[in-house]
Amino acid sequence: MAWKRKDLLSMQDLDAAEIGDLLDTAETMKEIAGREIKKVPTLRGKTVVNLFYEASTRTRTSFEIAGKWLSADVINFSASGSSAEKGESLLDTAKNIEAMSPDVVVVRHKASGAAALLARHLNCAVVNAGDGAHEHPTQALLDLLTIREKKGHLDGLNVAIVGDVAHSRVARSNIHGMKTMGMTVTVAGPPTLIPAACQELGVKVSHRLEEAIAHADVIMMLRLQHERMQGASSRPLREYSRVWGLSLARLQQCRPDVLIMHPGPVNRGVELSPEVADGPYSVILDQVKNGVAVRMAVLYLLTGSKAAA
Amino acid sequence: MQPKFRSFRPTRSKPRAGSFLPAMTYRDKTQVLDEVTLDRALTRIAHEIVEQAQGVDEVALVGIKTRGETLAERIAQKIEAIEAVKPPVGALDITLYRDDLGLKAEQPQVRSTEISFSVKGRIVVLVDDVLFTGRTIRAAMDALMDFGRPRIIRLAVLVDRGHRELPIRPDYIGKNLPTSRREIVAVMLREHDGIDRVVIREPED
Repeated sequence: MAWKRKDLLSMQDLDAAEIGDLLDTAETMKEIAGREIKKVPTLRGKTVVNLFYEASTRTRTSFEIAGKWLSADVINFSASGSSAEKGESLLDTAKNIEAMSPDVVVVRHKASGAAALLARHLNCAVVNAGDGAHEHPTQALLDLLTIREKKGHLDGLNVAIVGDVAHSRVARSNIHGMKTMGMTVTVAGPPTLIPAACQELGVKVSHRLEEAIAHADVIMMLRLQHERMQGASSRPLREYSRVWGLSLARLQQCRPDVLIMHPGPVNRGVELSPEVADGPYSVILDQVKNGVAVRMAVLYLLTGSKAAA
Repeated sequence: MQPKFRSFRPTRSKPRAGSFLPAMTYRDKTQVLDEVTLDRALTRIAHEIVEQAQGVDEVALVGIKTRGETLAERIAQKIEAIEAVKPPVGALDITLYRDDLGLKAEQPQVRSTEISFSVKGRIVVLVDDVLFTGRTIRAAMDALMDFGRPRIIRLAVLVDRGHRELPIRPDYIGKNLPTSRREIVAVMLREHDGIDRVVIREPED
């Protein structure tokens, strides 16, 4: 076990051995979910603070369940209804929370680099649960876990990431993680939603959906992020759906063993037609299930590293 | 292509992760069990388990990873040879129940726990290779209770080397082995090490 980090900030930082350790640990954590008594005493007496400045259902709940199954005390802090509304800065809030001696702070913020900022200033472990359009490492880890589980391995697989890549921290984290694990990544979407720097990350760019998904082992559909778009890049949804949505007809041209993934929340009928989202190729709910296991692994490994103490 | 990293998995010639392990080399001092005597010890334990439980109907074996699991499987086969019924065998990883988490440089690797039968109402025999401080067994009992309420928990160990730190006493013992704390009891099993033997090792100095 090679885990030495105080924080988990990005997939870009991690090497293949670290990702492998995280996934192996997460896999063993899954067994706890199947137990009658879903609790182990591992993190008894440890405190995990969820500091969420952006809306979240899956991620926050998943961190909360992960912490509770490991017997940590989990405190949820959301920007609305807190002193953040009164104008307290992120760092001030975090310093105040740190004064209550948590062991792990899980942070989601609309600004890229928010988690790294906290990591520099706080002595406790910091987990990035999404910082702007930068990274969302635990999402990439749960995606990798889901793929590894279904396909048996990661290296050599072809992945198509489709949609709003420009605004997607999920895409960025996945691209870094997948490249590290030896996978081939193709991104596809309307030119306005594909960042120019994409090729520097070592991914192929395609501007036709059919071409991108034809040989894919895994298709990851991204959510169109209305909340991060201003003016120019937003297009009428119907047009987007017609050109870039994954319909049943398009699915029939894919490999017979293709996996359909989506980080949620799904805009039904936009990126994914409902019959695809609920169909047999979809592993969307497996992703959510694996999310808890991955976050248990992250909390376990971070609370043990000496740097955090 | 990046070089493949392989995490180093220590064999049980070292104390279980968690005890202090200074960087020193060890030499074999005495061999205490060989293939034949180790097998006899397991045979006797199998008989004792059957005798005390008056049969095998309620018995289940749960081995503590890694070598305890192998020993549990072997004892189960011996019980089958005696009673023509093989008791269910499970494997327990106690990492998440350790009392020394966070005291070491890095977290120990979590391995899988596989208990596919209900422990409720059963006589569960915990099986481990070496009984030392008793802390592993404390953790194992806690872990087992999280799977349900066994009627009885009993403890079988291949070697009892003394130095208990908790009030724990084994029910079935392969070999009582007075040791000094600085020595190491190395249990080698065919399935992991290619040979069946138990040796005491002492530091070279």
